[in-house]
Amino acid sequence: MFSYITRRVLLIVPTVFFALSFLFFLFFTLPGDPVNLIAGGADRNPNPITIQQVTERYGFDDPLVVQFGNYWKRTITWDLGESFRTNRSVNDLLGDKAVNSVRLASWALILEVVVGIAVGIVSAVRRYSLADRFTTIVTAGASAVPVFVLGFILQYVFAVLPNKNDFPEWARIYTSRLGPDSWSLFLIPRGDQWRYLILPAVTLASVSTALAARMTRGSMLEVMRADFMRTARAKGLRERQVVARHGLRNAMLPVITLIGIDFGSTIGSAVLTETVFSWPGLGSAIADSVIERDLPITLGLTLAVVVAYSVINLLVDLSYAWFDPRIRLGQGEAN
Amino acid sequence: MTAHRGVGPSTELEAMEPGGGDGLTDVAAARPLRKDVWRRFKSNKLAVVGLGLVIILVLTAVFAPLIATHTIIERDSGHFREGPSGSHFFGTDTIGRDVFSRVVYGARVSLKIGISATSIALVIGLFLGAVAGFFGRALDSLIMRITDIFLAIPYIVLAVAIASLLGRSENTVIVVLGFTGWLGICRIVRSSFLSLRQLEYVEAATALGYSKWRIMFRHILPNALQPIIVYGTIAVGSVILSEAALSFLGVGPVDPTPAWGLMVADGKSVLAVAPHMLFFPGAAIFITVLAFVFIGDGLRDALDPKLK
Repeated sequence: MFSYITRRVLLIVPTVFFALSFLFFLFFTLPGDPVNLIAGGADRNPNPITIQQVTERYGFDDPLVVQFGNYWKRTITWDLGESFRTNRSVNDLLGDKAVNSVRLASWALILEVVVGIAVGIVSAVRRYSLADRFTTIVTAGASAVPVFVLGFILQYVFAVLPNKNDFPEWARIYTSRLGPDSWSLFLIPRGDQWRYLILPAVTLASVSTALAARMTRGSMLEVMRADFMRTARAKGLRERQVVARHGLRNAMLPVITLIGIDFGSTIGSAVLTETVFSWPGLGSAIADSVIERDLPITLGLTLAVVVAYSVINLLVDLSYAWFDPRIRLGQGEAN
Repeated sequence: MTAHRGVGPSTELEAMEPGGGDGLTDVAAARPLRKDVWRRFKSNKLAVVGLGLVIILVLTAVFAPLIATHTIIERDSGHFREGPSGSHFFGTDTIGRDVFSRVVYGARVSLKIGISATSIALVIGLFLGAVAGFFGRALDSLIMRITDIFLAIPYIVLAVAIASLLGRSENTVIVVLGFTGWLGICRIVRSSFLSLRQLEYVEAATALGYSKWRIMFRHILPNALQPIIVYGTIAVGSVILSEAALSFLGVGPVDPTPAWGLMVADGKSVLAVAPHMLFFPGAAIFITVLAFVFIGDGLRDALDPKLK
């Protein structure tokens, strides 16, 4: 077990290294010169002396390999550099944005786990009922709605219309930016904060909740047919206990895998959700930095995301052993 | 060679080769008959609805000039951001262009990108997955590490980076989505090949002295096609979804191109006064993607009734 964890942690290192190196070289093949960006902004004609100073200071005249080596030397000590455009420290920016992203993502995850799994169980237990058919259609629909379109539609229905029609104050939901930014215990929205949080969280959670519900349903249906379920009923357990203790725990494995794998695409949805609701998080910051060619920000923030992604996948794999004690970690890789 | 054999183009390939059918008849028997697949597919209402929608979509794309009431650049001066009416079914946009006609022509953009990018992703994923699963060992580890690395890079970062490298156009989006979309299919193909290569008919083919490539693509692949077909169908939908997202973020095709995602982006700043500008192209994306999801689900159930 312990050696398994060590091996998995060590595997994260090359993954992170190659992923970021790939992005580094990709950026240096992009058209447009970062020097211009620093010296005066794109599309302007900066002073040649400034250009020279900038080139020397950032080492842009060094061969690419040297720059690459220097980049990793700095990155290993977690010196992520400064933004090309605003000169702000990337670490600083990362701290700011990551907090907002983690809050939004946590609420989306809570929605996904609670709503997704609950809906999936009900669907499976009452198979072919009206509720099951309804959720089948809704979950298929939710996985086909573009995240940004859903975001705007929610915004229109719950924020624009109430404003237009002068709804009472308590029924209003706001959508622009973060809001008052007041939280208790880091995660719990305080005061009016929930009015700003709820729409982005629902939008971000929509696709993954639908997937989790479908996966839970399928997996539960499979488990419900198993012999041990019949045994559990035969020994006189109530249906509720059979489903919760014997069924659910066995059905959770594929759902957990899905939630872990899905984290990657959640980052994509986060970019869109944060853009739609102007939520100042990592996703929108990364997308903006790529478009603006602000390399240190892109690489720094992506580094954080890639590390987080790898760690979450590791935790997911470790949780298998907890959900299913038959799995012994480290004896033969799971495919 | 019997008539109803498999579900993929490989049957025709085998038929072209003299003597290619030797030893393969047993394998074919394990695959569902085309007739049965179609019968099961038809019994799934949602799948039939999906198929109908895709047919309508394809017809819309082909006959766009006949269906559209205006061209995509024609401006109706004096009618800006107007809601749906008799002369403009879906209203007009900020510079007076007919939204209905642009949505109709947008079907061409979406289908072109969806089908081309999925094909690229399928070819890359199929090849790498087959090689990894069949040869195993070092080659397998190498390919799996590469997919791990690509999976770790947030795909949208990669897409935005490649898109800004190649400049904004439809072809860029095809390249981006094709070269970032192969990871899933690669994993699926690999795991099918891993289990299939141990079967007796592969051993038999090896004993007959067939080359490795021939065994991989003529003997194993036809039996691994089912999940690939299902995945490929759903992938067309998700590629169209991603294309819309890229267009929305401003790295897709540029303005006069009637890309649905781009039209949504145009509508976002006037959401409060002209929601129709955002709603109609958004609905077009939704219905298209949903249709492919329904077909994919229907195909999965029809190809492998055990999974239902």
